[in-house]
Amino acid sequence: MNMFNRSHHCLALIIGVWLSGASLAAYADDIQDANKLFKQGQHSQALDKVNEFLANNPKDAQARFLKGLIFTEQGKTAESIKVFSALTEDYPELPEPYNNLAVLYAGQGQYDKAKLALEMAIRTHPSYATAHENLGDIYAKMASQAYDRALQLDRSNTATKTKLAMIQDLFAGGARSKSAPAHSAETPVIAATNKPEPAKTEPVAPVANKPASVEKVPEPAAAPVADNSGEVLKTVNAWAAAWSAKNVNKYLSFYAADFKTPNGESRAAWKATRQERLSKPNFIRVGISNATVKFSDNDHATVEFSQSYHASHLKTSGNKTLQMVKTGDNWLIQEERAN
Amino acid sequence: MLSRALIYSLLCSLLIGAAHTSPDSVHAAQASASTDQKPLQRAINSYSTEAQLAKSLQAINNNRLDLALNEVNSLLRVNPNFKLAHLVKGDLLMARAGAIDHFGSAANAPRDKIEDLRDEARVRLQRVLSQPDSALKPRFLWKLDAQQKHVLVVDTSRATLFVYENVNGEPRYVTDFYITIGKLGTEKVSEGDKRTPIGVYFIKADLPKSKLADMYGSGAYPLSYPNEWDRKNKRTGSGIWLHGTPSDTYSRPPRASDGCVVLANEDLNKLAPYLQVGITPVIITNRMDWSNEQDHDERDALLQAIEQWRGDWSSLNTDAYLGHYARNFSSDSLSYQAWAKQKRLVNSAKSWIKVGVSNLSIFTYPEQPDMVVVNFEQSYNSSNLSNRMKKRQYWIRQNNRWQIIYEGAA
Repeated sequence: MNMFNRSHHCLALIIGVWLSGASLAAYADDIQDANKLFKQGQHSQALDKVNEFLANNPKDAQARFLKGLIFTEQGKTAESIKVFSALTEDYPELPEPYNNLAVLYAGQGQYDKAKLALEMAIRTHPSYATAHENLGDIYAKMASQAYDRALQLDRSNTATKTKLAMIQDLFAGGARSKSAPAHSAETPVIAATNKPEPAKTEPVAPVANKPASVEKVPEPAAAPVADNSGEVLKTVNAWAAAWSAKNVNKYLSFYAADFKTPNGESRAAWKATRQERLSKPNFIRVGISNATVKFSDNDHATVEFSQSYHASHLKTSGNKTLQMVKTGDNWLIQEERAN
Repeated sequence: MLSRALIYSLLCSLLIGAAHTSPDSVHAAQASASTDQKPLQRAINSYSTEAQLAKSLQAINNNRLDLALNEVNSLLRVNPNFKLAHLVKGDLLMARAGAIDHFGSAANAPRDKIEDLRDEARVRLQRVLSQPDSALKPRFLWKLDAQQKHVLVVDTSRATLFVYENVNGEPRYVTDFYITIGKLGTEKVSEGDKRTPIGVYFIKADLPKSKLADMYGSGAYPLSYPNEWDRKNKRTGSGIWLHGTPSDTYSRPPRASDGCVVLANEDLNKLAPYLQVGITPVIITNRMDWSNEQDHDERDALLQAIEQWRGDWSSLNTDAYLGHYARNFSSDSLSYQAWAKQKRLVNSAKSWIKVGVSNLSIFTYPEQPDMVVVNFEQSYNSSNLSNRMKKRQYWIRQNNRWQIIYEGAA
């Protein structure tokens, strides 16, 4: 599972179109292979390939960038920060490493650092749309922190939580409205040939641009929508049952491939947390009541209910909202929000 | 930029709100002109917390959101628990995210809390923009006694506690502080009504921080509510204090207490040196009245009446002496009739009396235009008894004549 496919921005992951020159075929093959492996979720193999390549081309921006992405996906935030930081030092004219650095800092709650990094990205490319959008999100997060302090809001308030867009490839022509910067001598190859065709977009479920989709509250649709609430509720109950049974695999199987992790963490990190949360208590009892289902279309439903959670050391209750999507014959959770 | 236009209009609405609620039109006229930067300039010259907040709001006014944010950030470094500053910061950041549509644009924010902070912003702006001329003297302070080094006047409409120094019997402005009063306003009548009393009170005690719960902050000074007038009017309740804020809170909204007058801890600490237990008067009023020429004449008339009361008593002219007491007079335990009877009895047993009045102070009573509180030290010498005592009288003016409606030991 690739976290970038889930993120809101839709920069296509572009691979295999870097190069056409025969003399650069070897370069292309290595990076292409690494990228393919990465895309397939074979992170350690991808990393091996990248490292292999970097052994001969230690300065290569493209490879280092991919390495940073692999670390990110593996949840190795510190390593990936290191990689992107080094890139910003060696290639201060490139906005992408700054952007990704910002996303990583933001994930750690270091919004001031994230803001600085994005400002650097914008300084080099004043009309860099993704960086601007991310900066807006950073401001919103910082604002939300300030509001929390002002109003002593519940920290679990997720209303202003947004996810930032990680740039998935260096020199993506479409993302910057200005032409790619001139590159340093070490990477003339890339500079000459880095005009990928944005047309060849990824087939993997790209999500709509920016978080607008998050807030989408399904209106009673004009067109009649089949009432599958029985089906949906059955799924929700089964999910609660798997949770109560502490059956981690079953529980996780209720989450869609593009599940939006609550804090924007990587799926791997979220999965690990859930695994721990389910395994630790001696017992768990999850109760669901007052469930209502609303459909925005045949394949999308919003379920609201009261949830009681009782485990060995904790007893809580509250309202929850699940955004569910029909995938094949199953309803899966796309987003889970405690209200 | 849309967000700037919005935040600008927010600020303007605050300013206009400040002007409309300003208690005296002279100063309100200055406040309504947000382009008049003199009052702000005045505040900015000092480095108080409130001035910094005003500076930040001024920067917003000037479309300098970056400066505004810097100012708020530096304010928060010093006062990390200043909730209003956090809210302004939130709005400034939200404006950058392009998503601000009203003051306190936090998603899912509890409305009452936003309202409270909006009130605090309005009141604090008003405090900066419509600062009264420091040469003005509150009408309430007709006469100060030399022992009273300072007097406090709480103007609840301004959410402000003013401190005046006694300079040769005349009040001179020293400083003022933002304050919080009762949730349901003023004119306390009964226990638990969450109102702050209006009247003339005195600092009764000094409770150190070490003996207080955290919610009272850096100290507490109980006031003499209910006073003699309150008791005469059957007002109930107790525990009206001046006190500070909890350790996690820089300041509270203008109306948030159960009736106490609450200051920021740093302000309470600045106020503390001015307070004398048993001596410092605290006048709490709905609106400040400023002294004018007419007050001098009225005060002179009253001083004359007091002198006459003393003279009539000293000369054992009991009828004339009792004529200084109103028909609806009462002491703590006696009605007019019982009082008159007792005085006649006592006076008839004396061959001579000498009554001396010293350390006289006089305060006009808020919301009671024809009543004053008179405090003095009385020396009483007579053929068979001598004593000294602190006395308090309430005088009322009826049919243009000053008479005593209450008398007792202070």
